[in-house]
Amino acid sequence: MATSILHRASGVALGAGALWLAWWLIAAATGYEAFECVQGFSTSPIGMILLFGVTLALMFHLLNGIRHLVWDLGHGFEVKTATTSGWTVIILALVLTVVAWGFGLSMMGAY
Amino acid sequence: MVEFTLPKNSKVGKGKSYKAPEGAKRVRKFQVYRWNPDDGQNPRMDTYDVDLDKCGPMVLDALIKIKNEMDSTLTFRRSCREGICGSCAMNINGKNGLACTTGMDEVKGDVKITPLPHMEVVKDLVPDLTNFYAQYASIEPWLKTESPAPDRERLQTEDDRRKMDGLYECILCACCSTSCPSYWWNQDRYLGPAILLQAYRWIADSRDEHTGERLDNLEDPFRLYRCHTIMNCAHACPKGLNPAKAIAEIKKLMVERRA
Repeated sequence: MATSILHRASGVALGAGALWLAWWLIAAATGYEAFECVQGFSTSPIGMILLFGVTLALMFHLLNGIRHLVWDLGHGFEVKTATTSGWTVIILALVLTVVAWGFGLSMMGAY
Repeated sequence: MVEFTLPKNSKVGKGKSYKAPEGAKRVRKFQVYRWNPDDGQNPRMDTYDVDLDKCGPMVLDALIKIKNEMDSTLTFRRSCREGICGSCAMNINGKNGLACTTGMDEVKGDVKITPLPHMEVVKDLVPDLTNFYAQYASIEPWLKTESPAPDRERLQTEDDRRKMDGLYECILCACCSTSCPSYWWNQDRYLGPAILLQAYRWIADSRDEHTGERLDNLEDPFRLYRCHTIMNCAHACPKGLNPAKAIAEIKKLMVERRA
Protein backbone atom coordinates (compact mmCIF):
# COMPACT_ATOMS: atom_id res chain seq x y z
CA MET A 1 0.00 0.00 0.00
CA ALA A 2 2.89 2.35 0.80
CA THR A 3 4.30 2.22 -2.73
CA SER A 4 0.84 2.81 -4.18
CA ILE A 5 0.26 6.04 -2.30
CA LEU A 6 3.89 7.10 -2.87
CA HIS A 7 3.34 6.57 -6.59
CA ARG A 8 0.49 9.07 -6.50
CA ALA A 9 2.36 11.51 -4.27
CA SER A 10 5.44 11.38 -6.49
CA GLY A 11 3.18 11.92 -9.52
CA VAL A 12 1.85 15.12 -7.96
CA ALA A 13 5.40 16.20 -7.12
CA LEU A 14 6.42 15.60 -10.73
CA GLY A 15 3.55 17.82 -11.85
CA ALA A 16 5.02 20.64 -9.78
CA GLY A 17 8.50 19.74 -11.05
CA ALA A 18 7.31 19.99 -14.64
CA LEU A 19 6.01 23.52 -13.98
CA TRP A 20 9.37 24.39 -12.49
CA LEU A 21 11.16 23.05 -15.58
CA ALA A 22 8.81 25.07 -17.82
CA TRP A 23 9.49 28.18 -15.72
CA TRP A 24 13.22 27.62 -16.11
CA LEU A 25 13.01 27.13 -19.89
CA ILE A 26 10.73 30.12 -20.43
CA ALA A 27 13.02 32.26 -18.29
CA ALA A 28 16.01 31.09 -20.31
CA ALA A 29 14.22 32.21 -23.48
CA THR A 30 13.14 35.51 -21.94
CA GLY A 31 16.47 36.94 -20.95
CA TYR A 32 19.33 37.19 -18.53
CA GLU A 33 17.49 38.72 -15.56
CA ALA A 34 14.57 36.32 -15.63
CA PHE A 35 16.96 33.40 -15.93
CA GLU A 36 19.08 34.65 -13.03
CA CYS A 37 15.92 34.85 -10.92
CA VAL A 38 15.02 31.19 -11.54
CA GLN A 39 18.63 30.13 -11.24
CA GLY A 40 18.94 31.99 -7.93
CA PHE A 41 15.90 30.21 -6.52
CA SER A 42 16.91 26.81 -7.88
CA THR A 43 20.40 26.96 -6.40
CA SER A 44 19.31 28.35 -3.03
CA PRO A 45 19.28 25.82 -0.16
CA ILE A 46 15.48 25.53 -0.28
CA GLY A 47 15.57 25.22 -4.07
CA MET A 48 18.21 22.52 -3.86
CA ILE A 49 16.20 20.53 -1.29
CA LEU A 50 13.09 20.80 -3.46
CA LEU A 51 15.04 19.80 -6.56
CA PHE A 52 16.42 16.80 -4.71
CA GLY A 53 12.81 15.88 -3.87
CA VAL A 54 11.78 16.21 -7.51
CA THR A 55 14.68 13.97 -8.56
CA LEU A 56 13.68 11.39 -5.97
CA ALA A 57 10.06 11.58 -7.11
CA LEU A 58 11.17 11.12 -10.72
CA MET A 59 13.30 8.08 -9.92
CA PHE A 60 10.64 6.48 -7.75
CA HIS A 61 7.81 7.15 -10.19
CA LEU A 62 9.88 5.82 -13.08
CA LEU A 63 10.93 2.62 -11.32
CA ASN A 64 7.53 1.97 -9.78
CA GLY A 65 5.98 2.63 -13.18
CA ILE A 66 8.11 -0.18 -14.59
CA ARG A 67 6.88 -2.35 -11.69
CA HIS A 68 3.31 -1.57 -12.71
CA LEU A 69 4.09 -2.46 -16.36
CA VAL A 70 5.35 -5.86 -15.23
CA TRP A 71 2.16 -6.34 -13.19
CA ASP A 72 0.10 -5.39 -16.25
CA LEU A 73 1.81 -8.25 -18.09
CA GLY A 74 0.57 -10.56 -15.34
CA HIS A 75 3.83 -11.17 -13.49
CA GLY A 76 5.12 -10.58 -9.96
CA PHE A 77 1.85 -10.89 -8.03
CA GLU A 78 3.01 -13.30 -5.33
CA VAL A 79 2.93 -11.45 -2.01
CA LYS A 80 6.62 -12.11 -1.38
CA THR A 81 7.65 -11.00 -4.86
CA ALA A 82 5.55 -7.84 -4.62
CA THR A 83 7.09 -6.94 -1.25
CA THR A 84 10.60 -7.52 -2.57
CA SER A 85 9.97 -5.52 -5.74
CA GLY A 86 8.51 -2.70 -3.63
CA TRP A 87 11.60 -2.43 -1.45
CA THR A 88 13.83 -2.77 -4.51
CA VAL A 89 12.11 0.20 -6.13
CA ILE A 90 12.42 2.35 -2.98
CA ILE A 91 16.10 1.56 -2.42
CA LEU A 92 17.02 1.83 -6.10
CA ALA A 93 15.24 5.20 -6.32
CA LEU A 94 17.32 6.51 -3.40
CA VAL A 95 20.54 5.15 -4.89
CA LEU A 96 19.87 6.56 -8.36
CA THR A 97 18.96 9.95 -6.89
CA VAL A 98 22.17 10.12 -4.90
CA VAL A 99 24.18 9.01 -7.93
CA ALA A 100 22.51 11.62 -10.14
CA TRP A 101 23.17 14.35 -7.60
CA GLY A 102 26.74 13.22 -7.03
CA PHE A 103 27.28 13.37 -10.78
CA GLY A 104 25.54 16.74 -11.10
CA LEU A 105 27.39 18.35 -8.21
CA SER A 106 30.74 17.09 -9.46
CA MET A 107 29.95 18.63 -12.88
CA MET A 108 29.14 21.95 -11.17
CA GLY A 109 32.47 21.84 -9.43
CA ALA A 110 34.20 21.16 -12.73
CA TYR A 111 33.71 24.59 -14.20
CA MET B 1 -15.96 9.21 -1.30
CA VAL B 2 -12.79 9.73 0.67
CA GLU B 3 -13.35 10.58 4.31
CA PHE B 4 -10.32 10.86 6.55
CA THR B 5 -12.10 11.58 9.80
CA LEU B 6 -15.03 9.86 11.43
CA PRO B 7 -18.34 11.67 11.66
CA LYS B 8 -19.13 13.03 15.12
CA ASN B 9 -21.48 10.23 16.10
CA SER B 10 -18.89 7.62 15.09
CA LYS B 11 -15.97 8.84 17.22
CA VAL B 12 -14.82 5.97 19.37
CA GLY B 13 -14.79 6.59 23.11
CA LYS B 14 -13.34 4.76 26.08
CA GLY B 15 -15.49 1.89 27.21
CA LYS B 16 -15.99 -0.41 30.14
CA SER B 17 -13.34 -2.65 31.60
CA TYR B 18 -13.87 -6.27 32.60
CA LYS B 19 -11.30 -7.84 34.94
CA ALA B 20 -10.15 -11.45 34.87
CA PRO B 21 -11.24 -13.61 37.83
CA GLU B 22 -9.04 -13.64 40.96
CA GLY B 23 -6.02 -15.90 40.69
CA ALA B 24 -5.75 -15.82 36.90
CA LYS B 25 -2.07 -16.08 36.03
CA ARG B 26 -1.78 -15.63 32.27
CA VAL B 27 -3.97 -12.69 31.37
CA ARG B 28 -4.31 -11.11 27.94
CA LYS B 29 -6.05 -7.80 27.32
CA PHE B 30 -8.67 -7.70 24.56
CA GLN B 31 -9.87 -4.32 23.32
CA VAL B 32 -13.10 -4.78 21.44
CA TYR B 33 -15.13 -2.29 19.42
CA ARG B 34 -18.67 -1.95 20.74
CA TRP B 35 -21.58 -0.15 19.17
CA ASN B 36 -25.24 -0.61 19.82
CA PRO B 37 -27.67 0.93 17.30
CA ASP B 38 -30.41 1.13 19.93
CA ASP B 39 -28.86 3.12 22.78
CA GLY B 40 -27.96 6.29 20.86
CA GLN B 41 -24.39 6.25 22.24
CA ASN B 42 -21.14 6.64 20.33
CA PRO B 43 -19.03 3.53 19.72
CA ARG B 44 -16.54 2.60 22.45
CA MET B 45 -13.65 0.24 23.04
CA ASP B 46 -14.35 -2.21 25.88
CA THR B 47 -11.45 -3.97 27.57
CA TYR B 48 -11.65 -7.61 28.61
CA ASP B 49 -8.91 -9.34 30.62
CA VAL B 50 -9.03 -12.94 29.44
CA ASP B 51 -7.58 -15.78 31.49
CA LEU B 52 -5.52 -17.66 28.88
CA ASP B 53 -5.20 -20.76 31.07
CA LYS B 54 -8.92 -21.33 30.61
CA CYS B 55 -9.18 -20.37 26.95
CA GLY B 56 -8.45 -21.89 23.54
CA PRO B 57 -5.53 -20.56 21.46
CA MET B 58 -7.42 -18.65 18.76
CA VAL B 59 -8.81 -15.13 18.83
CA LEU B 60 -12.29 -16.57 18.26
CA ASP B 61 -11.89 -18.77 21.34
CA ALA B 62 -11.33 -15.64 23.39
CA LEU B 63 -14.35 -13.86 21.87
CA ILE B 64 -16.57 -16.86 22.62
CA LYS B 65 -15.21 -17.01 26.16
CA ILE B 66 -15.92 -13.31 26.62
CA LYS B 67 -19.48 -13.74 25.37
CA ASN B 68 -20.08 -16.84 27.48
CA GLU B 69 -18.49 -15.77 30.73
CA MET B 70 -17.88 -12.04 30.87
CA ASP B 71 -20.30 -10.04 28.73
CA SER B 72 -23.15 -11.72 26.88
CA THR B 73 -24.06 -8.50 25.03
CA LEU B 74 -20.97 -8.76 22.79
CA THR B 75 -22.15 -9.40 19.23
CA PHE B 76 -20.14 -11.05 16.47
CA ARG B 77 -20.63 -13.56 13.65
CA ARG B 78 -19.08 -17.00 13.83
CA SER B 79 -19.96 -20.44 12.66
CA CYS B 80 -17.55 -23.12 11.49
CA ARG B 81 -14.53 -22.15 13.67
CA GLU B 82 -12.20 -23.66 11.05
CA GLY B 83 -11.78 -21.03 8.34
CA ILE B 84 -14.26 -22.31 5.79
CA CYS B 85 -17.41 -20.26 6.41
CA GLY B 86 -15.88 -16.77 6.49
CA SER B 87 -18.30 -15.51 9.15
CA CYS B 88 -15.80 -14.32 11.75
CA ALA B 89 -13.90 -11.93 9.44
CA MET B 90 -12.81 -8.90 11.44
CA ASN B 91 -9.89 -6.54 11.91
CA ILE B 92 -7.42 -7.92 14.44
CA ASN B 93 -4.59 -5.60 15.45
CA GLY B 94 -4.89 -3.67 12.23
CA LYS B 95 -5.05 -6.65 9.90
CA ASN B 96 -8.16 -8.19 8.39
CA GLY B 97 -8.49 -11.88 9.08
CA LEU B 98 -10.62 -14.69 10.40
CA ALA B 99 -10.78 -14.76 14.19
CA CYS B 100 -10.95 -18.55 14.07
CA THR B 101 -7.71 -19.06 12.15
CA THR B 102 -5.77 -16.21 13.78
CA GLY B 103 -3.83 -17.45 16.79
CA MET B 104 -3.46 -15.12 19.77
CA ASP B 105 0.28 -15.75 19.54
CA GLU B 106 0.28 -14.22 16.04
CA VAL B 107 -0.41 -10.73 17.39
CA LYS B 108 1.70 -8.70 19.79
CA GLY B 109 0.55 -6.85 22.89
CA ASP B 110 -3.12 -6.21 23.54
CA VAL B 111 -5.46 -7.78 21.02
CA LYS B 112 -7.41 -4.97 19.42
CA ILE B 113 -10.50 -6.06 17.51
CA THR B 114 -12.67 -3.86 15.30
CA PRO B 115 -15.21 -4.67 12.58
CA LEU B 116 -14.08 -4.94 8.95
CA PRO B 117 -12.92 -1.44 7.97
CA HIS B 118 -15.04 1.11 6.17
CA MET B 119 -18.28 -0.83 6.29
CA GLU B 120 -21.57 0.15 7.88
CA VAL B 121 -21.83 -1.50 11.27
CA VAL B 122 -24.94 -3.41 12.24
CA LYS B 123 -23.80 -3.96 15.81
CA ASP B 124 -20.43 -4.40 17.57
CA LEU B 125 -18.29 -6.56 15.24
CA VAL B 126 -21.02 -7.25 12.69
CA PRO B 127 -20.60 -5.31 9.41
CA ASP B 128 -23.42 -4.81 6.93
CA LEU B 129 -22.55 -6.96 3.90
CA THR B 130 -25.76 -6.27 1.93
CA ASN B 131 -23.95 -4.34 -0.81
CA PHE B 132 -21.15 -6.92 -0.92
CA TYR B 133 -23.63 -9.74 -1.54
CA ALA B 134 -25.57 -7.67 -4.10
CA GLN B 135 -22.30 -7.13 -5.97
CA TYR B 136 -21.67 -10.86 -5.83
CA ALA B 137 -25.11 -11.51 -7.35
CA SER B 138 -24.35 -8.97 -10.10
CA ILE B 139 -21.58 -11.14 -11.56
CA GLU B 140 -24.04 -14.05 -11.90
CA PRO B 141 -21.92 -16.60 -10.06
CA TRP B 142 -23.24 -19.75 -11.67
CA LEU B 143 -22.45 -21.85 -14.72
CA LYS B 144 -24.06 -20.32 -17.82
CA THR B 145 -24.31 -22.45 -20.96
CA GLU B 146 -25.89 -22.38 -24.41
CA SER B 147 -25.12 -25.90 -25.62
CA PRO B 148 -27.69 -28.58 -24.76
CA ALA B 149 -27.11 -30.33 -21.46
CA PRO B 150 -25.24 -33.61 -21.87
CA ASP B 151 -26.51 -36.85 -20.32
CA ARG B 152 -23.89 -36.58 -17.61
CA GLU B 153 -21.72 -33.90 -15.98
CA ARG B 154 -19.97 -31.34 -18.18
CA LEU B 155 -16.40 -32.60 -18.13
CA GLN B 156 -13.15 -30.67 -17.88
CA THR B 157 -9.59 -31.66 -18.67
CA GLU B 158 -7.25 -31.74 -15.70
CA ASP B 159 -5.45 -28.71 -17.11
CA ASP B 160 -8.70 -26.75 -17.36
CA ARG B 161 -9.63 -27.75 -13.84
CA ARG B 162 -6.26 -26.57 -12.61
CA LYS B 163 -7.01 -23.05 -13.92
CA MET B 164 -9.52 -22.70 -11.10
CA ASP B 165 -7.05 -23.48 -8.35
CA GLY B 166 -6.56 -20.37 -6.26
CA LEU B 167 -10.05 -19.19 -7.24
CA TYR B 168 -12.56 -21.77 -6.08
CA GLU B 169 -11.19 -21.68 -2.51
CA CYS B 170 -12.55 -18.17 -1.90
CA ILE B 171 -15.01 -18.19 1.01
CA LEU B 172 -16.33 -14.64 0.47
CA CYS B 173 -15.29 -13.47 3.93
CA ALA B 174 -14.70 -9.92 2.58
CA CYS B 175 -11.29 -9.57 4.28
CA CYS B 176 -9.71 -8.54 0.96
CA SER B 177 -12.38 -6.14 -0.25
CA THR B 178 -12.50 -4.30 3.07
CA SER B 179 -8.69 -3.95 3.10
CA CYS B 180 -8.71 -2.24 -0.29
CA PRO B 181 -8.56 1.60 -0.33
CA SER B 182 -10.24 1.67 -3.73
CA TYR B 183 -13.11 -0.33 -2.27
CA TRP B 184 -13.23 1.94 0.78
CA TRP B 185 -13.68 5.04 -1.38
CA ASN B 186 -15.79 3.60 -4.21
CA GLN B 187 -17.68 0.56 -2.95
CA ASP B 188 -20.85 1.90 -4.49
CA ARG B 189 -19.41 1.41 -7.98
CA TYR B 190 -16.22 -0.69 -7.73
CA LEU B 191 -16.80 -4.43 -7.31
CA GLY B 192 -13.74 -4.99 -5.14
CA PRO B 193 -11.19 -7.82 -5.06
CA ALA B 194 -13.39 -10.61 -3.67
CA ILE B 195 -16.15 -10.19 -6.24
CA LEU B 196 -13.68 -9.74 -9.11
CA LEU B 197 -11.82 -12.91 -8.10
CA GLN B 198 -15.18 -14.69 -8.11
CA ALA B 199 -15.98 -13.16 -11.51
CA TYR B 200 -12.69 -14.51 -12.85
CA ARG B 201 -13.50 -17.91 -11.38
CA TRP B 202 -16.41 -18.15 -13.86
CA ILE B 203 -14.50 -16.52 -16.70
CA ALA B 204 -11.71 -19.07 -16.26
CA ASP B 205 -14.12 -22.00 -16.12
CA SER B 206 -13.79 -24.00 -19.37
CA ARG B 207 -17.41 -25.18 -19.05
CA ASP B 208 -18.88 -21.68 -18.95
CA GLU B 209 -20.09 -20.40 -22.33
CA HIS B 210 -20.81 -16.76 -21.46
CA THR B 211 -17.25 -15.46 -21.14
CA GLY B 212 -17.79 -12.58 -23.55
CA GLU B 213 -20.92 -11.42 -21.79
CA ARG B 214 -19.16 -11.65 -18.42
CA LEU B 215 -16.30 -9.50 -19.74
CA ASP B 216 -18.81 -6.99 -21.19
CA ASN B 217 -20.34 -6.66 -17.75
CA LEU B 218 -16.95 -5.80 -16.24
CA GLU B 219 -15.81 -3.42 -19.01
CA ASP B 220 -16.41 -0.31 -16.94
CA PRO B 221 -14.17 2.42 -15.52
CA PHE B 222 -15.36 1.64 -12.01
CA ARG B 223 -16.52 -1.96 -11.75
CA LEU B 224 -13.13 -3.37 -12.79
CA TYR B 225 -10.67 -0.58 -13.38
CA ARG B 226 -10.67 0.97 -9.91
CA CYS B 227 -8.14 -1.75 -9.12
CA HIS B 228 -4.77 0.03 -8.98
CA THR B 229 -2.74 -3.01 -7.89
CA ILE B 230 -2.38 -1.80 -4.33
CA MET B 231 -1.94 -5.44 -3.27
CA ASN B 232 -3.67 -5.15 0.12
CA CYS B 233 -6.08 -7.88 -0.98
CA ALA B 234 -3.38 -10.50 -1.43
CA HIS B 235 -1.82 -9.49 1.89
CA ALA B 236 -5.14 -9.79 3.70
CA CYS B 237 -6.57 -13.03 2.28
CA PRO B 238 -6.77 -15.59 5.11
CA LYS B 239 -6.89 -18.39 2.51
CA GLY B 240 -3.67 -17.25 0.84
CA LEU B 241 -5.39 -16.42 -2.45
CA ASN B 242 -4.39 -13.61 -4.77
CA PRO B 243 -7.29 -11.44 -5.97
CA ALA B 244 -4.84 -8.92 -7.48
CA LYS B 245 -3.53 -11.60 -9.82
CA ALA B 246 -7.08 -12.66 -10.81
CA ILE B 247 -7.98 -9.04 -11.57
CA ALA B 248 -4.82 -8.68 -13.67
CA GLU B 249 -5.90 -11.75 -15.66
CA ILE B 250 -9.29 -10.14 -16.34
CA LYS B 251 -7.57 -6.93 -17.47
CA LYS B 252 -5.34 -8.98 -19.79
CA LEU B 253 -8.37 -10.71 -21.32
CA MET B 254 -9.95 -7.28 -21.92
CA VAL B 255 -6.89 -6.22 -23.92
CA GLU B 256 -6.53 -9.52 -25.74
CA ARG B 257 -10.10 -9.56 -27.02
CA ARG B 258 -9.70 -6.05 -28.40
CA ALA B 259 -6.68 -7.08 -30.46
